[in-house]
Amino acid sequence: MQTTRTVPVASQMGMDQYAISDSRRLAGRALIILTSLGLAAIVLVQTLHAFAVIDLGFENWRPTLYASLVWATALGAGQVMIRGEAGHRALFLLPALLFTIAMVIFPTFFGIYIAFTDWNLSAFEGQKFNGLENFYTLIHDAYFWNALLNMVYYVLGVLVQYVIAFGLALLLNADIRARKFFRVAFLLPFMLSPVAVSWMIGKSLMEFRFGPLATLMRHLGWDNPAFFTTPWIARLSIMLLDAWVWLPFMMILLLAGLQALPKEIQEAAKVDGATPWQSFWQITFPLMLSVSVTAIVLRIIFQLKLADIVINTTSGGPGGATDTVSSFIFREYRDRSNVGYGTMVAEVYLIIIIVFVSLLLKFVGRWMRRENEA
Amino acid sequence: MTKASTPRTQPIDQRSIASLERLGFIGGRLLIYGTLLFWAFICLFPIYWTVTTSFKTAVNVTQGDIVPFIGRFMGDWRGWRSLGLSPDSIFEISTVRDEFLLRFENSLIVSTGGAIVAVIIGSLAAYGLSRFKYKFGPWRNKDISFFFLSQLLLPPVVLAMPFLVLYKELALLDNVIGLILIYTLTVLPIVIWIMRDQFDTIPIELEQAALVDGCSLWGAFFRIVMPIALPGMVAAFILAFVLCWNEYFFAALLTSTNAKTLPVMVASQTGSQGISWWSMAALSTAAIAPLILIGIFLEKYIVKGLTAGAVK
Repeated sequence: MQTTRTVPVASQMGMDQYAISDSRRLAGRALIILTSLGLAAIVLVQTLHAFAVIDLGFENWRPTLYASLVWATALGAGQVMIRGEAGHRALFLLPALLFTIAMVIFPTFFGIYIAFTDWNLSAFEGQKFNGLENFYTLIHDAYFWNALLNMVYYVLGVLVQYVIAFGLALLLNADIRARKFFRVAFLLPFMLSPVAVSWMIGKSLMEFRFGPLATLMRHLGWDNPAFFTTPWIARLSIMLLDAWVWLPFMMILLLAGLQALPKEIQEAAKVDGATPWQSFWQITFPLMLSVSVTAIVLRIIFQLKLADIVINTTSGGPGGATDTVSSFIFREYRDRSNVGYGTMVAEVYLIIIIVFVSLLLKFVGRWMRRENEA
Repeated sequence: MTKASTPRTQPIDQRSIASLERLGFIGGRLLIYGTLLFWAFICLFPIYWTVTTSFKTAVNVTQGDIVPFIGRFMGDWRGWRSLGLSPDSIFEISTVRDEFLLRFENSLIVSTGGAIVAVIIGSLAAYGLSRFKYKFGPWRNKDISFFFLSQLLLPPVVLAMPFLVLYKELALLDNVIGLILIYTLTVLPIVIWIMRDQFDTIPIELEQAALVDGCSLWGAFFRIVMPIALPGMVAAFILAFVLCWNEYFFAALLTSTNAKTLPVMVASQTGSQGISWWSMAALSTAAIAPLILIGIFLEKYIVKGLTAGAVK
């Protein structure tokens, strides 16, 4: 193979020169071009092999992966050879950039292709192009719209979490003893894996017969404490679980914001005789606005991916009341092997997310500017 | 601010106001500590419940015993025995324990691998973005940073199917390397976010001095900047590690027998109805134990990682 041979030669040439000579620049260009050609050749051969046009080729695409790695290395080395110092600078960024592009661009485009096929992994015939059919199915799929509506509830739940998290952050920021203990205790739920939490809380603490939470509820007068059988109660239970896991995240962000506030202003307000209530609304809250917005936006972005807890506690039930879009697609993949349709839902969901978050950011940006001017 | 500066009350009787304030102060303290303790209870009780349940017997579970060594609940190793991790079974051969240790090891390899790769390439990129001006076609630093951050938006479901097919072709399915790659992708934006914040706080003069003294770009990075940014890198590593350790979605879809991680094992055990609470609790306890230790001893780093860049 050409690709593997050219690398050592090129690096020998590049090593001992500091000023960039024409020959070095030329060698750099040649290196990049040769490795690119080599990679293209391997991809071409493998593609032809995959479509059974020729016999020559490898049994899987793994060699193509190695060839891409060689190509990426050559690209980096070539940058240094052609551009010297500037090439070194590019070398800092290139690995992460190439990695991300390679890992995201391909799946995105391939995903779009899958979305337009009728592809069921358990069916024998494999994939076949079926145009917009998946999309029409999606438009008429009540379960999808139901899951999307649930996402609205879950996202709105973030605002409630924000209020609680702000309260906790204020408490932790107050002049208290054993702050370290409380901080660690409050942070712990965030560390635990949502899968374990699903069992610990969802399936054991909230268990109908023996769970202590159910027992407590019986004592409090709820005769039939079934947390996951009626739609709204199930949804609230999932929100509760989700809040338990994610509250620490917002709390930590807000606490950091509170600790960064200048102490003088609050003390000045106190001297001037402002009540704690006044000084919170007039001083602390406005100053915390940007941290709050960051926390809420980040949290909403994470919330849009909510899946683990739902999959492991209710699998979307009862009747889809707790379904998130992600858990819906997960079931579509794993239980029905319905790859084409599941991917179409995923792509549509991605577009919805992008539009929603851009609108959110735009709205937040405009609002913040107005607040700052006022 | 005008409202806050108006005096609130006229001083009528200094002494009664002082005692009233004292009373209010004590009441406020009680309220604060009461709420704090209540919330600490909410956070810790599920963990306590899980750990104690792993020592229960059937009758303890059905009777809802909560406090050990009182009445019936004397502690029993059967939950841990079913995992092969109780004192009497630890030296015997246990397939469940082997399975558990294999999953544990997979989780360890995958999380460490993903976090290390992400921290290495993420730190380099973050350093570049913090110090140099890039131009890739129409893209400037800001656009590149945004590109990295925008990956946070991508829900795992969008990548799942293409990756399943891609990994099948690359023979990376059910392979720890495949999981490491995808975990690197998912934590990379967070690592870059944290590290950029770190590098931005390091004064550029330090490297300039080193460069003048004849240090190369890489020398300046490794010998001058990296030691200073090390706490940030540790924070990024730990946060990335925890996120990878807890990841379930990709692990469930992309692994089957070899590379299955701990969360997948926990999920498959809880999914089955017949399994007893004590075994489940023992498994959960073992799965969350490393995280609790990290949470207790490395809390500082987690907080540092979470708050980087959020507070300006």
